Amino acid sequence: MQVVRCHRISSSNDVVVSTLPLYRSAPPLEVRLEDFELFAVDRLRVLKGISDGLSRGKKPEEIAKLAMDLWKANMRYPQATEDVNKDNISHFVLRLVYCRTEELRKWFLSMETALFRYRFHSESSEAQRALMSEFNLPYKAVSNAEFESVKDKLVQVARSMGQTLLPADAIFYKVPFEEVSELVAGRRVFIHKGHAYVAMNQVVSIVVTQFRSHLSKALILTNRKWTSTIREQEKDRLTPIVEALCTSYLGPDYSQPKEFAEISIKDIDQIAKTSFPLCMRHLFEKVREDHHLKHGGRMQLGLFLKGVGLKVDDALAFWKAEFAQKVVGAERFDKEYAYNIRHNYGREGKRTDYTPYSCQKVILSTPGVGDHHGCPYRHFSEENLRAALARMGVGSRIVEDVIDKARNRHYQLACTLTFEAVHGSSCDAGINHPNQYFIESQKILQSKNGSMAQ
Amino acid sequence: MTKDEVENGRDDMLIDGPEQANAVPDGFNANYLRIYYGKLFPHADIFKWMSYGNDGKHPACDKSYIGRREFSFTLENDIYIRFQSFNSASELENSIKEKCPFKIDIGPVYSVDPAKRHAYAQSGDNVFTPVERELVFDIDITDYDDVRYCCTGADVCLECWPLMTIAIKVIDTALRDDFGFNHILWVYSGRRGVHCWVCDGKARRLTNEQRAAIADYFRVYQGNENSNKKISLPGHVLHPFLARSYTEVLKGFFEAKLLSNQNLLSSEERYEKILEMIPDGSVAAELRGRWQEKKRSSMLKNDINVVRWEQLKHALQSGKQKAQGLRRCVEEIVFSFTYPRLDMEVSKHMNHLLKAPFCVHPKTGRVCVPIDPNNCDEFDPTKVPTLSQLLEELNRGGLRQDAEDEWDRTSLGESVTFFRSSFLHPLLKSCKEEIESSYNTKLQQAKNTLSW
Ligand SMILES: [Zn+2]
Repeated sequence: MQVVRCHRISSSNDVVVSTLPLYRSAPPLEVRLEDFELFAVDRLRVLKGISDGLSRGKKPEEIAKLAMDLWKANMRYPQATEDVNKDNISHFVLRLVYCRTEELRKWFLSMETALFRYRFHSESSEAQRALMSEFNLPYKAVSNAEFESVKDKLVQVARSMGQTLLPADAIFYKVPFEEVSELVAGRRVFIHKGHAYVAMNQVVSIVVTQFRSHLSKALILTNRKWTSTIREQEKDRLTPIVEALCTSYLGPDYSQPKEFAEISIKDIDQIAKTSFPLCMRHLFEKVREDHHLKHGGRMQLGLFLKGVGLKVDDALAFWKAEFAQKVVGAERFDKEYAYNIRHNYGREGKRTDYTPYSCQKVILSTPGVGDHHGCPYRHFSEENLRAALARMGVGSRIVEDVIDKARNRHYQLACTLTFEAVHGSSCDAGINHPNQYFIESQKILQSKNGSMAQ
Repeated sequence: MTKDEVENGRDDMLIDGPEQANAVPDGFNANYLRIYYGKLFPHADIFKWMSYGNDGKHPACDKSYIGRREFSFTLENDIYIRFQSFNSASELENSIKEKCPFKIDIGPVYSVDPAKRHAYAQSGDNVFTPVERELVFDIDITDYDDVRYCCTGADVCLECWPLMTIAIKVIDTALRDDFGFNHILWVYSGRRGVHCWVCDGKARRLTNEQRAAIADYFRVYQGNENSNKKISLPGHVLHPFLARSYTEVLKGFFEAKLLSNQNLLSSEERYEKILEMIPDGSVAAELRGRWQEKKRSSMLKNDINVVRWEQLKHALQSGKQKAQGLRRCVEEIVFSFTYPRLDMEVSKHMNHLLKAPFCVHPKTGRVCVPIDPNNCDEFDPTKVPTLSQLLEELNRGGLRQDAEDEWDRTSLGESVTFFRSSFLHPLLKSCKEEIESSYNTKLQQAKNTLSW
């Protein structure tokens, strides 16, 4: 059994006051390689669930509940100590996974911070206080004399929020207002000369800010370590896992066409028009137009077509017919391209490389000059996106909604809106995968055709 | 003749003869503006301000600082040039004089020179991003159209200007007392409102999230076309900030000025708007009955608005109306008619542009002069110098060559002097201190690392 050794600190078995770790240092544990990946995937389910909830505009209470439910469903063991291990390990694995670009860091940072907030909130007040002291915050509790001098104002703030009186043992912390933005925004603190007076039951705000800034710095450091040493050292063990995890998509992988298997070449143009998501439709039109596609585009479209149900021989015929028209002769096609196409079909399931790309992977791709792959909602200019949407028959009002979503980086929501506009029916699950788009589209079209036939 | 000379933008007109011939026709045009930029606009002061002490000789000065600031110009034909940057006062001055912009906007300080952003964009990874920006506020009288009856839209007069005075007082006090900021510049926007620039180092370095938090702290107004009550103040008591604003500013202005200025309770149509805000129908009905009846009777001496307001307060706050909601209603009415209405988006984002002080508003010809928050009651937007007035003053004072600066010969002098003494000099002093202390801290840290 392969073992990953994380750096070892003497672990003491002190009484655990809180089960909520602050992830200050990598866990002093030995981890089996399978667990390394499994734990990370489980945590990813929680974070992605939160992310989905947020991007669908759920209310804070709903997300809090959702987060705790997801946590229970994915991260709990019968034994509490194992929980903590899994919590720690999965967090540190995902740090490696999500440290590598600005965009990944940003996403991970917001989701981990949100998760931490909800978990902190559900702790007992003793546990909260203990966590607070672990942060070594430079803030002191307000002294008695100072408390007396501002007591009227503090009472006034409490009453303005519908609370009655300050408890006798009220503890307040004096904190730069910048560090408790949400309390400032809601006028839930007394602010004087740049300092906010934060009540004990509001410290979640301070703690979350601290957690966030600590994690933000840690991710930068992890990234440095990753590029300078870890990636190379672990190139045969962890590196492939880490690299696969960040584009890993947790739904069905669509590598085996099921419901609408068998698409023949003669139907493909029609189907592309009605049921391909914009990313694939664009690639498809480009290959028809230019009779060529660069590697990234061939992979993205080729694997999608495999998922759609285009047989390997048809795929070969399709690509050959296009490529042979231009630069590439038939001979060169057989030599250079055919192998890859067969290869994509030959290998099934196991590694993400040969499964159709999920939205996440498409969105995170980095098309360069001459490339047509990627997610149009992310990689197209606004102008081009507008034009492309208009060609798909999306009405101008919806186009604005879609553009707005894209601008706010909700690319999948933008795609979902497009789907709904094109098909005239809602898509509650949201679009997570180009092949899912295709299947949902076919379902709708077939039911329409069916009802017309009757 | 002087008129022609001004319109031709010739400089030698200034030494022209007798006073009555110096009249410069009202208006705004490129020629007037060219003379203004040539002789009056305080280029060097604006540059000093935007440098925040980094143009000094101290080793800790950030020489790249000013060159990363975005300036944008709107030219005569609405041509808009964004992302310009200047490395010296003379570069800035020459460019302004040459392009003669109808409007100059100031944007954020970016991570790299905004004029060269494309070169950096190619190296990937989003290096072109705003890193500093004053905390700014924009308050516009057009947002108050539902609570003023004297003018609408972009018009403003002395009857409704107190709404701006209120905004300055409320926001300025909170920025200083609550948030602890010291370097705050208020500027007349030239037509229909005021701008505020908070320039303390820690204000410039606020994140968007922190800016939004401050903007939200100030937000009370909830515009909703479908409800009669435009303001809702929940809770048993007001937050200290709102309570202070109410007792120190809003209440006084409402009762002493706006009530009568705007005739808020004089006609049925107007008092109905206020009665609609009272949640208890019977109280509203009682007041309505009284006011309809006594339309013309007695009270010749007293302003009818004031009399009715006292009646309304009595009805809502008297002993039998102990209910919290009704007592709060008086405050809600006052807030609705007085509380500052900020353009939130301007304050929330670092990369929002804002017009530079001392620009001239093309529609009014008035200069965007600073307003002293301590004497903002006296500020009169109708007396703000206009471009033509300034040129006329230049002409008239033409023979007085002894004045140190051209603007000292005009009514702009007072504004420039105020800008320097009340804002720029104290600001630069603390910038210098900040630069020195951060340098000393770094030195200290360097020593500490060496001794390890
Ligand atoms: Zn007016």
